[in-house]
Amino acid sequence: MKTLYEKLLDAHTVRRIDDDTVLLYVDFHVMNEYTSPQAFAGLHEAGRSVRDPGRHLAIVDHVSPTRAIASLDEVEDAGGRLQIETLAENCARHEIELIDLFDPRQGIEHVVVPDLGLAWPGTTILCGDSHTTTYGAFGALAYGIGTSEIEHILATQTVEHSVLKPMRITLTGAPGAGVTAKDMVMAVIARIGANGAAGHAVEWDGPAVAALGMEGRMTLCNMIVEAGARVAVIAPDGMALAHLGGRPHAPTGDAWDALAAHATTLRTDEGAVFAREVEIDVAAIAPLVTWGTSPDQAAPIFATVPDPRGDADRRALDYMDLVPGMPLHTIQIDRAFIGSCTNARIEDLRAAAQILRGRRVADGVTAICVPGSKAVRAQAEAEGLDAIFREAGFEWRGSGCSMCLAMNDDVAATGERLASSTNRNFEGRQGRGARTHLMSPAMVAAAAVTGHLTDVRKL
Amino acid sequence: MTPFTVHTGIAASMPAPNVDTDVIMPKQFLKRIDRAGLAEGAFHDLRQDPGFVLNREPWSDASILICGENFGCGSSREYAVWGLMQWGIRVIVAPSIAGIFFGNCEKNGLLAITLPPDDVAALATLAADPATVEFEVDLPAQAIRHARGETSFDIPQARKTLLMEGKDHVARTLEHENDIAAYEAARLQPAPRLSSRIA
Ligand code: SF4
Repeated sequence: MKTLYEKLLDAHTVRRIDDDTVLLYVDFHVMNEYTSPQAFAGLHEAGRSVRDPGRHLAIVDHVSPTRAIASLDEVEDAGGRLQIETLAENCARHEIELIDLFDPRQGIEHVVVPDLGLAWPGTTILCGDSHTTTYGAFGALAYGIGTSEIEHILATQTVEHSVLKPMRITLTGAPGAGVTAKDMVMAVIARIGANGAAGHAVEWDGPAVAALGMEGRMTLCNMIVEAGARVAVIAPDGMALAHLGGRPHAPTGDAWDALAAHATTLRTDEGAVFAREVEIDVAAIAPLVTWGTSPDQAAPIFATVPDPRGDADRRALDYMDLVPGMPLHTIQIDRAFIGSCTNARIEDLRAAAQILRGRRVADGVTAICVPGSKAVRAQAEAEGLDAIFREAGFEWRGSGCSMCLAMNDDVAATGERLASSTNRNFEGRQGRGARTHLMSPAMVAAAAVTGHLTDVRKL
Repeated sequence: MTPFTVHTGIAASMPAPNVDTDVIMPKQFLKRIDRAGLAEGAFHDLRQDPGFVLNREPWSDASILICGENFGCGSSREYAVWGLMQWGIRVIVAPSIAGIFFGNCEKNGLLAITLPPDDVAALATLAADPATVEFEVDLPAQAIRHARGETSFDIPQARKTLLMEGKDHVARTLEHENDIAAYEAARLQPAPRLSSRIA
């Protein structure tokens, strides 16, 4: 009796290295401009070649400007431009497919890969970025790696994998109005802590997971990384296959039938044992916001800023400039950001637009929306969502990571406070000294129009 | 990679939990195509505070960090490990260390040790007192020696060998090239392919 993670692991184990480690075959590898250059440099220094170029894809996303530009020369930041150029050179040299800034497929890697039909159930997909777990929503064994491991994959098509303990998070019940997948994963992180899934491969299960669309499932698999999970996976069902089928790189004909049949085997056996089980009734969840500098420092929007339970909480409150007892909904914001691989897919933009329709961003608030990919942006424009965002006073930008990590020129100033649909509220993440409150896209929209953190259910 | 056997140095206590890689290596140092010049980036923003432990004697020369829970969480950026090593850090001890960061340490010869919280707290107490800051970390013996005696630690054999030999991990895997070829010939799972020069 095996868990889904263990089945995926077995199917990709090339050899066992020791009790804790296996050599894992990597079916597909995705890379970006900022964690890959030193991997190629290492490969070149050692005089090695790329073992199988067809199993790699490179995407420019982290340093991408989100303002319209006509050529690379307009990327003002010299370091970022050099990384983009270096990625192009490396891809040309090794015949690796590249999605550059001007490619109509460009976007955040974890949005682009599933949208192109590259996240196949039962595959291993690795990428030098921690949120690679997103593809687990399709039943892929997917996780983030460092640069040395990228080099290892380029040369060997394998990675040394430290075997994880299986953990199941079961979501039961039906969510109330205004409660999204983002609130569910934030509630789990708040419950188990920023370290609560460390060393574990998480399987999301239960009726409330099955009831989510693929976008919501990707949000769950993406953000559970903030509880320390290395892997997140959901057994692929008809909805996962329906989402994949017909996309540019999805299999067709007999290959499709074979994959669909294989997908039905990708589930945890009855009676398989998990090292840890967590169950949450989503009916009891309210929309959440973070108040601190770690994603587990979150509370329902109707709550107050908590009393600190230790030095870490005190430091967080100090950095966030908040006082215990203050109602969360009274916290005023300077900026609203809708974007990132956690929450910039079409469903996220629709949810935010529903709040923004007929409303205006509050005075003094700067609001921007960065769709997860050019394709998402085009889809949103076809639905008229861009007009809703613009009329509400949001800037409607090009795609990329943008202010999720502020490596491009979208940076918050010291002391500014943000409502953000991203995944990390770390000190300095969105700009040195900037203060981030994480929440769902609809909650960001609600904060943008009222000027303070707001319960979206009251609008 | 530099082999790791025995290291003697000054230990500094940084007990905060969830110190993430954005804090260890802020984004302005990530715009590079090589590994060099990152010492300046290590804990850059924290170091603006004169009271920060690594700004004070004797810890400004620390090469061993005694850290809190979940050290190195967040972004996968290996820049964090490169920067710590260039700053002079050779050993990190914590009750728990985040997964990707832990792997990155190993690949670069930075010894990352997890110990029970009580052991870490005892080491942190020693590290906080200038009279007892010097530790000797002995990887072959799996022991940390200090003014109060010795604290032993566990490490899987494969990881220990890798660190002690300082061998190129790609070369080590390529010794098993025939296993990879056998997997590809017999057991490949259906997976997408992009343009490729290999038929
Ligand atoms: S959107 Fe944010 S979390 Fe996602 S890949 Fe980009 S920087 Fe990382």
